[in-house]
Amino acid sequence: MTELFGVPLAVLSGQVMIGLINGSFYALLSLGLAIIFGLLNVINFAHGAFYMVGAFVSWGLLTYAGVGYWPSLVLTPLIVGAFGAVFERTMLRRLYGLDHLFSLLLTFGLALALEGVFRWIYGAGGKSYPVPPSLQGVYNLGFMMLPVYRAWVIVASLAICLVAWVLIEKTPLGARLRAATENPKLVTAFGINVPLMLTLTYAAGVGLAGLAGAMAAPIYQVSPNMGSSLIVIVFAVVVIGGMGSIMGSIVTGLMLGVLEGLTKVFFPTASAITVFIVMILVLLLRPAGLFGKDK
Amino acid sequence: MAEIRLQVSALEGWYGESHVLHGVTFDVKRGEVVTLLGRNGAGKTSTLRALAGVMRKRRGSALLDGHDLLSTPPHRVAHLGLGFVPEERGIFSSLTVRENLMLPPVVRQGGWSVDAIHELFPNLKGRDTTTGTRLSGGEQQMLAIARILRTGCDIILLDEPTEGLAPVIVEQIGKALVRLKEKGFTVLLVEQNLNFARGVADRHYVVEQGRVVDEFANDSLSASMDQLNRYLGI
Repeated sequence: MTELFGVPLAVLSGQVMIGLINGSFYALLSLGLAIIFGLLNVINFAHGAFYMVGAFVSWGLLTYAGVGYWPSLVLTPLIVGAFGAVFERTMLRRLYGLDHLFSLLLTFGLALALEGVFRWIYGAGGKSYPVPPSLQGVYNLGFMMLPVYRAWVIVASLAICLVAWVLIEKTPLGARLRAATENPKLVTAFGINVPLMLTLTYAAGVGLAGLAGAMAAPIYQVSPNMGSSLIVIVFAVVVIGGMGSIMGSIVTGLMLGVLEGLTKVFFPTASAITVFIVMILVLLLRPAGLFGKDK
Repeated sequence: MAEIRLQVSALEGWYGESHVLHGVTFDVKRGEVVTLLGRNGAGKTSTLRALAGVMRKRRGSALLDGHDLLSTPPHRVAHLGLGFVPEERGIFSSLTVRENLMLPPVVRQGGWSVDAIHELFPNLKGRDTTTGTRLSGGEQQMLAIARILRTGCDIILLDEPTEGLAPVIVEQIGKALVRLKEKGFTVLLVEQNLNFARGVADRHYVVEQGRVVDEFANDSLSASMDQLNRYLGI
């Protein structure tokens, strides 16, 4: 069998694949976090919980309403986003003038509450979500077998990240977002409804988390703690990429996923802490993050 | 006599707990260029910020064409036709020149086309993809005025447009202001540069300690120079 650095190629590419899958979710989640942090200055600790809620909404749509995978890819982010909008309007908004810590605590509390509610209703065990029929099967790449659904997740999340990036960096709407990040009062004085923009941005950010949850449902177990186990890594990704940097989040998310996968091959015991070692190094050498701008 | 467009009466304003405007009263008529003169910290910039809705804690009255500015939500103020060009210009560093120019939404008909803007400020031509803050100070000032002209606003609050600029650029900004006046714009100008203000304004108000303490017509300025110099501490 072909080997690379003494490791069978199939094992290596398999881990790279798992890394890319994980990285795709890191990227999708940290993208939303970065957008929310950039404009609202809120460290959204509930992001993992919204991801979990997204997976449950998708699962619930299928189980209780018979709504399949494809429509739920549209419905889930809308439902989760609407919930996020209500949360922003009724609670988060009141904390904008205060220290970051208050919104962090509020969103952390929301995350705990959501997790608790779902554990209470559905128990701690996982629910499984079938891979949609149109995405079943595997591609034989010669050196490895690639499940179609996993290929789809990687391609789709890359596409979503790219669309989000173009939207923010290259469109008039994105220019308004960037300007409001810099100087919201002046943007308001120009006649732009910044409070509405904040609500929609929060809704879009958590909607992305919900979408990630819906896409994750067929891969991981749908369980109340699926978000909390991920969110810590995602925060590390955002810090490494540079707080608020969109491209930083995307590239760092994928890169760290792959790095984590490779560590599993070469030094398995360290794989769980790879991301944090990188984070420490980046914070020491480049505190603003790999793609962040010094302020 | 021209109609009054902006009527400010007993306007008070606060930054947090700090009371900075103590009853500002003045008016601006249609088509006029009116300046607020005064020393640093007198409350000139704060007055503009209070009118534009950037300063939120206010009391008193400020009517623009009869609409109460103080009860208008801050994002609706521009839609009354009021354009704000802040001190320090407020050019966004994460936006290109073009994006800065196109940022403020068009609030009513009659806004300038990009071509007309380039004709007024040729320096901005061909700079579309440059990062806004890479422009020189003078060019940033032109951009700050230009982006307001695009929106169709017809009353402009202009805060220290000549601050820190070379004389040749100041001259250019002055010419542009005269053009705007000819086109019927109403302008409320905050200015430290008295020579510049004399060249463009119809009337001057002197602001001291958060109040308007005196008023001069531009025509009678020469006769009142001693008094004005005392106010400004020149």
